[in-house]
Amino acid sequence: MSDLLSVRDLRIGATIFPPGEAPQDIEIVHGVTFDLQKGKVLGLIGESGAGKSTIGLAALAYGRGGVRITGGEVLLDGEDILPLDKKGIRKIRGARVCYVAQSAAASFNPAHKLGDQVIEATVEHGIMSREEARKRADDLFEILGLPDPKNFGNRFPHQVSGGQLQRAMTAMALCSKPELIVFDEPTTALDVTTQIDVLAAIKNAIEKTGTAALYITHDLAVVAQISDDIMVLRNGETVEYGPVQQIIENPRQEYTKALVNVRQTKQTEARDQTDALLKVENISAAYGNGVQVLHDVSLHVPRGQTLAVVGESGSGKSTLARVITGLLPPFKGSVTFGDEELSNAQKDRSRDHLRRIQLIYQMADTAMNPRQTVGQIIGRPLQFYFGKRGAERKKEVIKLLDEIEMGQAFYDRYPAELSGGQKQRVAIARALAAQPELILCDEPTSALDPLVAEGILDLLLRLQKERQVSYLFITHDIAIVRAIADSVAVMLQGKLVDFGPRSEVLNPPFDDYTDLLLKSVPEMELGWLEKVLATRKMESAGH
Amino acid sequence: MRLREIPLTAWIGILGILFAFGCAVFAPLIAPYGEREIVAGVWEPASDLYLLGTDNLGRDLLSRLIYGAQTTLFVSLAASILSFSIGIFLSFTAAVSGGPIDQGLSRLNDLMMSIPTLIFALVVLAVLPQNIFILIAVMAILDSTRVYRLGRAVALDVAVMEFVEAAKLRGEGRMWIIFREILPNTLSPLLAEFGLRFAFSILFLSTLSFLGLGIQPPAADWGGMVKDNKDGIIFGIQAALIPGGAIAALAVCVNMVVDWLLKRTSSLKGGRGDV
Repeated sequence: MSDLLSVRDLRIGATIFPPGEAPQDIEIVHGVTFDLQKGKVLGLIGESGAGKSTIGLAALAYGRGGVRITGGEVLLDGEDILPLDKKGIRKIRGARVCYVAQSAAASFNPAHKLGDQVIEATVEHGIMSREEARKRADDLFEILGLPDPKNFGNRFPHQVSGGQLQRAMTAMALCSKPELIVFDEPTTALDVTTQIDVLAAIKNAIEKTGTAALYITHDLAVVAQISDDIMVLRNGETVEYGPVQQIIENPRQEYTKALVNVRQTKQTEARDQTDALLKVENISAAYGNGVQVLHDVSLHVPRGQTLAVVGESGSGKSTLARVITGLLPPFKGSVTFGDEELSNAQKDRSRDHLRRIQLIYQMADTAMNPRQTVGQIIGRPLQFYFGKRGAERKKEVIKLLDEIEMGQAFYDRYPAELSGGQKQRVAIARALAAQPELILCDEPTSALDPLVAEGILDLLLRLQKERQVSYLFITHDIAIVRAIADSVAVMLQGKLVDFGPRSEVLNPPFDDYTDLLLKSVPEMELGWLEKVLATRKMESAGH
Repeated sequence: MRLREIPLTAWIGILGILFAFGCAVFAPLIAPYGEREIVAGVWEPASDLYLLGTDNLGRDLLSRLIYGAQTTLFVSLAASILSFSIGIFLSFTAAVSGGPIDQGLSRLNDLMMSIPTLIFALVVLAVLPQNIFILIAVMAILDSTRVYRLGRAVALDVAVMEFVEAAKLRGEGRMWIIFREILPNTLSPLLAEFGLRFAFSILFLSTLSFLGLGIQPPAADWGGMVKDNKDGIIFGIQAALIPGGAIAALAVCVNMVVDWLLKRTSSLKGGRGDV
């Protein structure tokens, strides 16, 4: 079989602008080579900055934001598309090679109907007449499992959900019957229960239309469901390239092994969960606009243990953290910490109460003042709560920096000079500086690459052992729950649907929603997607 | 931070400002004649004795320009600093507090802004005693309404950031949040505004002096000098243009420096600035 897409020694460069220095030219992809046959799917996987999106876009002979293709060949059906002029490239883009972006919500024009946007490129290229294209779009909507496919195209982007938009974008890419589609993290921004639908729809559509695809993601479990081959990338270089079965079941490189084995259980569940440090009783809360987001939530965090609160976006889990911190006073219910009942509003709480509950944010970037050095950021709670100053304060900060495995060298750095994982570590050190009894972790790892996230989780667990600190860990990732939680609370639309020790919640008999959530998490296993879909069909047939 | 990184335009601006301040500080040493000394005939052309000629009363124009730098720079700088102190403090308090405090201050500010500045200043200055401190205070308060507008807008942007929330959760007081968390992150737009406002202050002071309500004669000040000599323009005498040119040159210099500061501070945040 001949190769549809053949990339030979692809080199991509960019110009960076370090503050206070002259601009420099750097190479971000160092000679990547791969082949893709008709109707096959190649998964590109790697952490952020690995160059996977850049390589994907190179298949359209495109470089984003100052990125230039500096060497190599991109052969589409044997023809090198890199030297083509604008006119020649235009004939390829949107007709023979299409692109599906990560954030469909940001990629659709809100002022036009979905149907018109889906067929636009196809009609523009003269591949079909408007009527033919519309009919094909309707067929694609049906293949992709969109509701009411005949009328779906008449809706505006804001009238459909995120998962549906992502599928509409896939329909847009498929509409012109392209030979190749580049999927750039199409399911990363979606909830797990939505992700599985989109994944199944994409897989189904690829099989039915026989198009080839490049599938870019950072989640190995996802790509294992959909690809024929996998290429693991790191820092713009190929780490490992082979058939999906070999990569998943028999990885050869250390880095791939680490990726495959990420998120193993790390902590055995604590036996005694009765000694409650924080008790939340019958909390109901609403935002200023009168929309109630929490309905009668009761749970407790055992002392020195971890409670994982899990749910999809919009389930009210972050709101629960805001209620506990007092940022959002509830209109009903109470929060008890130790033996004392906490005031509902944060400004009425004593300094000691504030000290004993600390919060770690999802985005460490925005949680730290960009104009303060690491030393100032970590030192402030020491000074504020314990009155430590000068050399004594510096000594303590350095001790904390050692504890988070960063060290003295970072003392005078600004947050902008740290990597994502280092920022989150500094945020943890800032929380620790207050010597808290409870740390609320609001998705602290969801913005990080899997291996970096694992490092953060290890750190949190070690600190828990050393300091006996309790965590209320908010996450949407069941794998993390499995790895670190002692007890689990499952939330859906502001209500608590399940709460108890991990072994009870994550093992049968299940609550319906917990079951759905658990089954939707991609597993590092070939054929997992088919299996789940099959059981789903059986269940709906049985009902 | 190395001197070589400072762009040429900023150098020109810095030298211009230093030159003006140098004139102001060392005025008695470098001015060839006294500030109020009548040395020759009216509107004499430039000559070796009077480098820029003389003014409408026969005073040396160069000497008056040098002495004028003293009053002009002092009054506008004091007014700008005061207006920024008032404007930033009130606007940040409003942004951090929200609710009725924010509403009260903001509506009061709208009220002040709804009255044309110049007319307001004329009325107030006509009623109050004529002295330099009242002049500074009136200029500062009127200008602080503009600063308040900008300050509240930029502070609101920063006040919703998570690190501000983190500081609140720590139990920090309002002053810490305003001066340590928010102010350093709003410096770039505020610095740029300071440059602009300083230039406007010079112009506003000159306008007031031109109308007879600013610096009172016989003290020299650039705006007042334009007024004194304006009649000369009809006879083709350029005496009025020289202080006018000085005002323009200083305003341009200040802005060149501010442009550079703006680029430098925005690159600190990790951004590229506007390269």
